[in-house]
Amino acid sequence: MGSSGERWVNDEAGPVIRPYALVGGRTQPSGGRLDLIAMVRAYRGIDPDPDSLEPEHLLVLRLCRLPTSVADLSAELSLPVGVVRVILADLREQGLIHIHRPVPPTQLPDPQILRRVADGLRRL
Amino acid sequence: MAYAASNPAENQGSTPLAIKLLVAGGFGVGKTTLVRAVTEIKSLHTEELISDQGSDFGLPGGGAGGKTTTTVALDFGRITIDDDIVLYLFGTPGQERFWFMWNELAFGAVGVIILADTRRLADCFPAVDYFELRRVPFVLAVNNFDGAPRFHSEAVRVALDLDPEVPVISCDARDRTSCRDALVVLVDYARRLLESAPAAQGPAGR
Repeated sequence: MGSSGERWVNDEAGPVIRPYALVGGRTQPSGGRLDLIAMVRAYRGIDPDPDSLEPEHLLVLRLCRLPTSVADLSAELSLPVGVVRVILADLREQGLIHIHRPVPPTQLPDPQILRRVADGLRRL
Repeated sequence: MAYAASNPAENQGSTPLAIKLLVAGGFGVGKTTLVRAVTEIKSLHTEELISDQGSDFGLPGGGAGGKTTTTVALDFGRITIDDDIVLYLFGTPGQERFWFMWNELAFGAVGVIILADTRRLADCFPAVDYFELRRVPFVLAVNNFDGAPRFHSEAVRVALDLDPEVPVISCDARDRTSCRDALVVLVDYARRLLESAPAAQGPAGR
């Protein structure tokens, strides 16, 4: 520790800035807890105010040009799910994204959807 | 949601329907292997508040204000079925201290593959109990470990006291086709249950 050149922090210690610093120490997004498979999509044609958004917010917006799940966002950005949820709540408050909550199994439009899923799996 | 319907930007293409399946079972039974066999596996981190008992787990920060957070790594994979349907497969954390995560994962799940190892059959009891209680459809898949004794599926059914309609199958978690077939059995089973269940009484997320 005393000798020069030795690093106090390495990659294994994780990011120097704790993820929650990105989102102002918040751990709970406003609005309910988002499901991992909620699909997020950025509204097109709405320009965000760059001054009001962190770089991570802009990254999320970019990824969500195509519908992207909360789980995928977390994995793609290597950000904890909780941080992604807070970012998404911010973006939603600014009217920049649409969040499509998953359909509970009992409310599937048609159980035949699951027949399509099984057929799709058989083609793998 | 109310904020979506009135927004003209909503009509900019459809959002795929996301279907959630889980892989459960004891620690080290092959859940990660199974997810890896059928999907391009990804990992995500979720941080959870552990209250009170935190210090008992020897977690850093335990006892500070009685609460601490811990990071739980989850395996998941995605299978694109077609333009309209995407399948998500999540491995449930097998270690006992992370069982509280199951509630979130089970919510809205179409079904669960419970992996079992016949050398340690008791390890899958908690998963069987949990999903039975919440009426989430599950199939019991015996992972064919090399050197593990092979049992007739009925023997496993009796040992676990499973309902007669619950599919009991064998599965090699390393083999893509075998895992895919297990998923097909699960999805077909979940569909049959949905079709036969009264609308208000079907297998709910919780």
